Amino acid sequence: MKFVGESYNKVDAEALSKGNPLFTDDIKIDNMLHAKILWSPLPHAIIKEIDTSEAEKLKGVKCILTYKNTPRIKFTTAGQGYPEPSPYDTSVFNKKVRYVGDRVAAVAGESLEVVEKALSLIKVEYEELPAVFDPEEALMGKVVIHDEPDSTGIDDPEHNLITHIEATAGDIEKAFKEADIVVESSFQTQYSHHTPIEPHITITYMDEYDRLVVRTSTQVPFHIRRMVSIITGMPESRIRVIKPRIGGGFGVKQELILEDIAALMTLRTNRPVRIEFNRREEFISSRTRHPMKIDIKIGAKRDGRFTAIQMKALSNTGAYGTHAKTVLFNVGSKTLPLYNKVSAVRFTGDVVYTNLPVGGAYRGYGATQGYAALESTVDIVAERLGIDPIEIRKINHIKENETSPIFEALGEGKKGVQQVVKSCKLPWCIEKGAEAIGWKEKYGKHNGRGVGMAILMQGSGIPLIDMGAATIRMNDDGTFMLLVGATDIGTGSDTILAQIAGETMGVSPERIYVYSSDTDLTPFDVGAYASSTTYVSGSAVKRAAENMKKAILKEAGKLMEIESDKLRIENDRVVANDNSKSMTLNELGKVITYTKNQKQLEASASFVGSESPPPFAAHFVEVEVNRDTGFVKVVKYVAAIDCGTPINPELVKGQTIGAIANGIGYALFEEYRFNKRGKMTNADLLNYNIMSAADMPDIEVFIAESYEPTGPFGAKSIAEVNINGPTPAIANAIRDAVGISLHRSPFTPERVLRALKGIER
Amino acid sequence: MAGAGTVIQAQGVDIMKVKMTINGEKKVFEIEASEKLADTLRRYGYTEVKIGCRSGDCGSCTVLFNGKPIRSCLKFTAQAEGAYIETVKALNKDGIHPLQKAFIEAGAVQCGFCTPGMLLTAKALLDFKKKPTEGEIKEALKGNLCRCTGYKQQVDAIMKVVNNK
Repeated sequence: MKFVGESYNKVDAEALSKGNPLFTDDIKIDNMLHAKILWSPLPHAIIKEIDTSEAEKLKGVKCILTYKNTPRIKFTTAGQGYPEPSPYDTSVFNKKVRYVGDRVAAVAGESLEVVEKALSLIKVEYEELPAVFDPEEALMGKVVIHDEPDSTGIDDPEHNLITHIEATAGDIEKAFKEADIVVESSFQTQYSHHTPIEPHITITYMDEYDRLVVRTSTQVPFHIRRMVSIITGMPESRIRVIKPRIGGGFGVKQELILEDIAALMTLRTNRPVRIEFNRREEFISSRTRHPMKIDIKIGAKRDGRFTAIQMKALSNTGAYGTHAKTVLFNVGSKTLPLYNKVSAVRFTGDVVYTNLPVGGAYRGYGATQGYAALESTVDIVAERLGIDPIEIRKINHIKENETSPIFEALGEGKKGVQQVVKSCKLPWCIEKGAEAIGWKEKYGKHNGRGVGMAILMQGSGIPLIDMGAATIRMNDDGTFMLLVGATDIGTGSDTILAQIAGETMGVSPERIYVYSSDTDLTPFDVGAYASSTTYVSGSAVKRAAENMKKAILKEAGKLMEIESDKLRIENDRVVANDNSKSMTLNELGKVITYTKNQKQLEASASFVGSESPPPFAAHFVEVEVNRDTGFVKVVKYVAAIDCGTPINPELVKGQTIGAIANGIGYALFEEYRFNKRGKMTNADLLNYNIMSAADMPDIEVFIAESYEPTGPFGAKSIAEVNINGPTPAIANAIRDAVGISLHRSPFTPERVLRALKGIER
Repeated sequence: MAGAGTVIQAQGVDIMKVKMTINGEKKVFEIEASEKLADTLRRYGYTEVKIGCRSGDCGSCTVLFNGKPIRSCLKFTAQAEGAYIETVKALNKDGIHPLQKAFIEAGAVQCGFCTPGMLLTAKALLDFKKKPTEGEIKEALKGNLCRCTGYKQQVDAIMKVVNNK
């Protein structure tokens, strides 16, 4: 392969490094209104009266939205395939508010100052309702959060229960009886935030033909177009969604957050409207990672073989159920197939509402929480049996050409698809990682310094549901436009898609200009989520490029008077296989555009996966634990990964290291703190810490030689899998260092110290 | 207010004129007294100055103020009277800057939102110290948050520039 497997610089890197005006907010629009939202100060209340008359009188106020003057349509804000597997429990505004930070009203005006003044003049009379913050308590149903009859997709609203899942393969009772030991454990994870450096921002305006343009920081432009159409009543054909460069997403922009409000305001005022979140709003009122409590039970034989695994998850989705079901399914579906040698496996789960901020999609999507529980418990089993953590995983993990009944039992809010794992280089990953961390020399010393590990998998797109499409057009100079709905949010997908197109056609990627994610101009793609772009959109690009190559050879064959199957494309020329004749793509472009057999060469294709091949990873970490302070220092981190063919190794490493950095922060300190009334008390970057350059350990990444036969040029995904490793690997390393089991993340000095003193489990 | 410029009254709001040099060009900005430098710069088209938090924590709005990196979201524009301000565009006077090239090649630019601020912090570091250690680079960058990369790429890029000097 010539262009695939090479570390091309990102196609947008130079423009970004120069600070060119590429982001949503970097355009100047005349006559623009500014908008802000009034947030609920109460965790649960009915709006008895809302009086906007004083605010309306203020000079410069142009539009005020409340539940009284906005459409009463129930929808989900989740950017998912349609119809979405998330409950329709949200409206633009509601008479009932369900968490501190819920929408109450929004104002658009000539300046931010006037808007802020107007917000302070809106009088709201609330009837406060009892609130519930604990998911177990919520299940008792003393407080009912979603009691409106027009909400749908909630299995048991009276107990705040969105759904209960049970999936069992094999005879679980019998399988636990086969075991020599049974280990039961639990793990609790916390509220945390994606923290893209660019907060959410949306600018809407009417174009010259009175069509609505939505310029927005989103991962899902086509889903946004559909949702804005449903909410505003404006046909999709009259809405254009443009995704410029995006300042990070990580799942929090797989969501309708501001677009509905801005669109309604523009339609009502016929003025451009700009609305953005400040950092505080970003924390409280965007979306979070679902906190969970996971109970886990593993049965094992003395020789280390697992006989049964049972996992029970309780997920807290907060006030609304966006992504609630699917994240819960993924807790099991992305973790349990990893240990497929068991006689039986069982997953049960509940996802419930509380009066806290809203859970959503977050890189890892439930697998992160699942692995925290599963992989920290595997080490307890290993310790009980006196087997090395590496050895016990080698005995039990899934191998190439094997399957798991879980693939079929658990999908996206419904059954999944049966699949056989065709590429799995976990054995290599484990060996390589163990060697790099120095496992043999370091493990089992219990001297305040310890090593830990975890193995992981994820998926590559959502099979039979998510579709991506691509169009390639040849220009008259023999260069190409590659139009994709695929949504580059900083990942480098535009770059790797150009490499895939180039490799397929035999054309250097520098000749392929990628334009992505503009619903007027590019074909459909579900967007950037579920680790799908390389596999799903990449396969669509490969098909489109194959069609384009055929078209080029056909037209060149006519001009060169050679049969097209006797031609090839090489070094940006069409060459006869016997090398007797050739023409440059530029010559071909000129001729077929202007002089002979004139036509526009264009090819399109789409792709839907019939399976979702998992990428795999083995993570190793070395930590130092200070017994006096409880402070955990990550000294070194090693990730060995199998993503199939790395289309662009540098970008694969970028995805890997970035996910690990986020994962270490989640493991060690990232956590929402709430007061007794459900209000987040650390909603800024000073008090909600994310990793800084000074916090980063020495980090090494190894990429396995692997080939996924169903993927484009052998590729699978890489985006998410590596965020799942740090929590269990660090927990296991802490156990190795000081002999304590941690069952709750993050592993703050306080929590570690309490565990060392035996106060907290 | 130290260094404040001319004050004129318009529509009941204090409008001030503030002079400064931006990327080598002399500029006069009309501002309200309370305006922050990041907002003034963006309003006058210097959109390479990014705003991520408005509380001085993320570093995206970093500019060089008389050669030193500052958070322009915390600085009142009025305090910049007579100052020499550099945004990332100052690096492109003679084509692509070695730091930019190194960032691009090391994979230090993912979403790119933190990049302008990070590059300016790096430039200021290398102006101040020709051969910083890896630890000093990490320490210098710790006020510039990035959620995409994990920082290794930026540190590697800066080390490369240091070693090529």
